[in-house]
Amino acid sequence: MNFKVSLKIASLAAASLFLAAPADARDRIQIVGSSTVFPYTQAVAEEFANSTGNPAPVVESTGTGGGMRIFCTGVGEAHPDLTGASRAMKQSEWELCQANGVTDVSEALIGYDGLSIAISSEAEGDWDLSETQLYLGLAAQVPLNGELVDNPNQRWSDIDPSLPDVAIQVFGPPPTSGTRDAFVELAMEDGCEVLDFFERRKDTLSSDDYKSLVKQNCRRMRQDGLFIEAGENDNLIVQRLQADASALGIFGYSFLYENEDVLKAVRVNGIAPNFETIADGSYDIARPLFFYVKNAHRGVIQGLDDFLIEYVSENAFGPDGYLPERGLVVLSDEGREDVRSSIENGSSMTRYIN
Amino acid sequence: MTDLTAKDSDAPRRPTRVQRRYAANRRFKYLGLGAVLLALGFLALLLASITWSGYQAFTQTHVTLTVTIEPEQVNADDPFRGNYRAIIRQAVQAVFPEVTNRRQLRNLVKIVSSGAQYIVRDKVVANPNLIGTTFSISVPASDPVDQFRKGNISRDIPEARRRISDQEIAWYDRWVELGAIQSPFNWALIFASDSRYPELAGLWGAINGSFYALLVCILISFPVGIATAVYLEEFAPKNRWTNLIEVNINNLAAVPSIVFGLLGLAVFLGWFGMPRSVPLVGGLTLALMTLPTIVIVARVAITAVPPSIREAAFGIGASRHQVVMHHVLPLSLPGILTGTIIAMAQALGETAPLLLIGMNAFIAGDTGGVMDPSTALPTQIFIWADSPERGFVARTSAAIMVLLAFLVTMNGIAIYLRQKFERKW
Repeated sequence: MNFKVSLKIASLAAASLFLAAPADARDRIQIVGSSTVFPYTQAVAEEFANSTGNPAPVVESTGTGGGMRIFCTGVGEAHPDLTGASRAMKQSEWELCQANGVTDVSEALIGYDGLSIAISSEAEGDWDLSETQLYLGLAAQVPLNGELVDNPNQRWSDIDPSLPDVAIQVFGPPPTSGTRDAFVELAMEDGCEVLDFFERRKDTLSSDDYKSLVKQNCRRMRQDGLFIEAGENDNLIVQRLQADASALGIFGYSFLYENEDVLKAVRVNGIAPNFETIADGSYDIARPLFFYVKNAHRGVIQGLDDFLIEYVSENAFGPDGYLPERGLVVLSDEGREDVRSSIENGSSMTRYIN
Repeated sequence: MTDLTAKDSDAPRRPTRVQRRYAANRRFKYLGLGAVLLALGFLALLLASITWSGYQAFTQTHVTLTVTIEPEQVNADDPFRGNYRAIIRQAVQAVFPEVTNRRQLRNLVKIVSSGAQYIVRDKVVANPNLIGTTFSISVPASDPVDQFRKGNISRDIPEARRRISDQEIAWYDRWVELGAIQSPFNWALIFASDSRYPELAGLWGAINGSFYALLVCILISFPVGIATAVYLEEFAPKNRWTNLIEVNINNLAAVPSIVFGLLGLAVFLGWFGMPRSVPLVGGLTLALMTLPTIVIVARVAITAVPPSIREAAFGIGASRHQVVMHHVLPLSLPGILTGTIIAMAQALGETAPLLLIGMNAFIAGDTGGVMDPSTALPTQIFIWADSPERGFVARTSAAIMVLLAFLVTMNGIAIYLRQKFERKW
């Protein structure tokens, strides 16, 4: 009979569980998006919850592309209010948003993130690589004697005798990562297109053919084991670099900033990454960070307006705010003022409207 | 003669054959022992490396501050909105009156965690009588100071490459001299919600989320699983259809968990339009995953009840329903429970399906209930493992230890139940 009693208790518990589930409006802000913007949004969410007493927002790290897909599924409580992005919204994503009724979207540029290439602080000498050297070291195929061949470079000194005589071994993010997209776009492509081989074809090929040539050859990382995809976990790359003084790693600047005692930066085109060089654009491989918000949700989702104001306050993304403390590279004074006024007024993004 | 000589020449061989058999026996024994030792060695290695990298997270550097709550700064009518930032600054400044430069002052205050103001606020909100009084309170130190005290940041490396400057170390040394720095047990690790700041981050939200998800999971998979098993074992005819169902259940038990995550994403979030990140959806998805396991376990337990029991009950005129409810189920329940607990332990450690339905969210405040978005223990580990702050390295391992403790406890309960209630016929 004990069994029957316990069965009844269980079914009662089940019933009460579902009855107790509140069916009222969502009181938590929902945020998806880039894993690079994630730490900054986390900090704002925590500050917002602590200082206003509102329920803490739900912040999910889905990657930029994944975030856009979820963000653009529709307007209403079931859909997130905000998405973070480590690049601007693409036209295709904008169209997806439009198709699903997400027409009124505000864009906010919150700052910059430098990609850093780092090496263990135990490593000898100072490293300085140009974008072309990075391309020649890491691409799947490189031009040699007028044709593309599988990358023959095994040591950095094979590329340029002035570079250290160290075997090429680079840990980097996988293709699903926004960091990888940014690295390929900012370092590999730039380094590749200045080579004679591509310069010459730029004039002779049609622009479509040239684009596909660049896509085919400048964006592909080598697969012979010298470039190692280390998963999305950048801490793992940091640990691997500590274990092997000759390996390089590619990750967001915040990881270098947090680990400056065990890692040192590889300069790119002679410039080492730091807050100044990233902000003034002299460090070449840096990218803008954005968030996008649905204006239709403002005033409907409790606290969303306050959250946005907190995000673009001097206290958060200003030079002395708590976001630069996490590694964000801040905008100029005018830049911040522009973003703040566009968010406060809820100005709609118009880039793709013509 | 020839026979004899043949036997004689055989004679010395006999012991060698016996010896060889014994040797083979021994080899076999040592091979098995070796396998056990290897497995134990790996387990020990795993536990040792997790403990080694995680033990530091169980203590947290705290600073004892003497704070004065001035009525000008905190209004007794609305203690929540007081200027607690200034209160903390003044408390720190009181110890180092010589620091007046604004910039230096900011660095000085950074020794204390930025969450300290909220800790003081919550204390005052809970007890408004504190307004106008001076009391001492122990608050967490910020992560660089904590890492420095734990020896993860060395004094010997050049200042430019440290997260903590020479000046900050000098201040820290002063605090230590004054006896204001302690390293108490880090209760926040278990009882605080998640935070961006490692010194404040805890697992409470994740433990809650996992609890509610498992509650939903067990409330669905346990009754449905048992009902399925009872039907298949006691009522269903043995024909091609039931065979097909049986094969399918066994196959489902072997489907990778990420597939159930995709199913949950498509069905619960897509068709039913349920919210993201809530334990209800997590529990439903985990229930899909654990159902086949529970069905299989329950069927094995039911088959283990000897037919003589059923026949005796039928013999005295019991109906099939009575046989099942009065005899078969109570007798097989210990076995079913053991299996269910092990299946729940497996669900507790499951990450992949939760990632897809959004239960890997960062939520800085308290959560509760099946419809309130939250995270779960394994996904919390996932988030921490990917955070750049140093403090999260040890905390990730500590969170793994907490998860392992839950798993060991659940498996321990399963073993206890089996030992206590198992019947041998």
